[in-house]
Amino acid sequence: MAEALYQLNNLSKRYTRGKESITIFSDLTMTIDKGDFIAIMGPSGSGKTTLLNQLGGIDSSSSGEVLFEGSRIDNLSQSRLAKWRAANVGFIFQFYNLMPTLTAAQNVELPLLLTNLSGKERKRRVATALGIVKIADRSGHRPRQLSGGQQQRVAIARAIVADPKVLLCDEPTGDLDRTTADEVLQTLQLLNNELGKTIVMVTHDPSAAKYARRELHLDKGRFLEAEAELA
Amino acid sequence: MNDATLIRKSLFRNKTRAILLVLSIMTAFLIFSVLGAFSRALNSGVETAAADRLVTLNAINFTLTMPYAYWGRVDQVEGVQAVTHASWFGGYYQEPRNFVQSFAVDMESYFQVYPELVPIEGDMETLLARNDCAAIGQDLLQQYEWTPGQRIPLTSNIWSKPDGSRVWDVELCLVFDAEDQDVPTNYMMLQYDYYNESLAFNRDQIGWMILTTGDPAINDQVGRDIDALFTNSPAETETSTEAAFGQAFLEQLGNIGLILTLVIGAAFATILMIVGTTMVMAINERTKEVAVMKTLGFSPPRIFTHVLSESVLLSLLGGLIGLGLAALLLVGVSGALAGQFPGLRMTPTIIGQAVALMILFGLVTGLLPAINAMRTNIVTALGKD
Repeated sequence: MAEALYQLNNLSKRYTRGKESITIFSDLTMTIDKGDFIAIMGPSGSGKTTLLNQLGGIDSSSSGEVLFEGSRIDNLSQSRLAKWRAANVGFIFQFYNLMPTLTAAQNVELPLLLTNLSGKERKRRVATALGIVKIADRSGHRPRQLSGGQQQRVAIARAIVADPKVLLCDEPTGDLDRTTADEVLQTLQLLNNELGKTIVMVTHDPSAAKYARRELHLDKGRFLEAEAELA
Repeated sequence: MNDATLIRKSLFRNKTRAILLVLSIMTAFLIFSVLGAFSRALNSGVETAAADRLVTLNAINFTLTMPYAYWGRVDQVEGVQAVTHASWFGGYYQEPRNFVQSFAVDMESYFQVYPELVPIEGDMETLLARNDCAAIGQDLLQQYEWTPGQRIPLTSNIWSKPDGSRVWDVELCLVFDAEDQDVPTNYMMLQYDYYNESLAFNRDQIGWMILTTGDPAINDQVGRDIDALFTNSPAETETSTEAAFGQAFLEQLGNIGLILTLVIGAAFATILMIVGTTMVMAINERTKEVAVMKTLGFSPPRIFTHVLSESVLLSLLGGLIGLGLAALLLVGVSGALAGQFPGLRMTPTIIGQAVALMILFGLVTGLLPAINAMRTNIVTALGKD
């Protein structure tokens, strides 16, 4: 039996806008196993990014629990959550979110500044991460000198360089053409298959979802149907 | 790469803006350092005043003289260790614009009362033996590029001789300097007797007396005794410490300290607002980057430290350039202004004050942006629901 990485218990998220209370989702309960690759799909406003944010500890829930490897993370302080993220989570965004003043290598090195690794070891890890995503030859380039696909590869390298347990991807191919998107998704699949990284990916794109082991469809704060096994 | 690289890269994200900010701060600290050096030079006489040295002036004001005989009487007052006198000569060389700060003094007692003045060329014996010999400070000698032994026709813009001439010919018999750079050496002294015997009017009068007590604790008593000696005389006196005299003299020029404080304060307040506002805007522009850093695991205190360091680095960068330029400027003008502003230079005190101010300036301007950055809400900043 697979070991659970995440356990969500009765998780709810509500916003108050003026006098109006908006429920994004309520009483969500789910498990994400180690080594899984999940695609969360759903229309805009369905709460998929909000759910991803809960998994990444960058947004707070209204009620319920988020457990990571058996320990609650939803009640940690901002500083402890930051430390937890640095050690366990790699984020990949739709618009890459690279630092424009840093080179590709420096962007990838950024999470390693939070570790106690030596400069030499950091360089070695950056080179490895850039090699995995096949962008080592662009290590000295700044983001504006790279194409969208190349930037996303750098973002993936940044996400994996600290060897996190889970990669949280928010529409990672939303800004890319089909061919480039496929290359990026193949890279994610490789990271899942070869390196055992647990991946949770939010996407609108059914073609992208096919790269995952299973799909979850979220609509109006509820999972619509039984998950589809794709692997 | 390390945190310092990250801070530096963030600071120069927008190079034009960063350079303009550096220039603004540079200007503020250039003004601060230069005016500070001028203020210090003006006050050097006050700062180097000996604690046990008193000055006796005509009680009405310091431009009025007193009888020469007072000198001998003061010498008899209990507690007076040594006493000398000086009279303002108001000299110039060749043309009135070539001002030469000069006094007619009794050389022997003058050098006793001012032991910090050290002869560096010529000899005291010749100086004392010859009536037309003058002693000149090193700064003044260099200002006019005179040489020891040279004869100088020194013209007074106050005094005249019976024949109508205003020129006293003197020979530069002795050059003096001081070990402490802050002690002014931008003046010359001619023999009182040489000056007095040729005067067409106001003979046997002296401008002021300077005396030492040997113990600052008895200053007040000695001062009172001296002034009591001349109560109800045609020239009553007022005795004060040398520092108080120097301060009172400076105040004749206006409250220099207040003017400098206002100028520096206005410059700083303006630049503080500009830099502070620009820093807030710059950090606001980078909200998304801050959110990404927080997402990657940079803690709020670390983000706070980054932004604050950025602001302090900016301030130090601009400030140190300003300080360096001020030092160069002072080196350039100190020679030409040695006559008016002896000891005009960058001092460790000014550097220390400026660096402390730079750090404070950086902390103040960076505080609000740092708090904003620390409190950045990741979800909002990333623009997602």
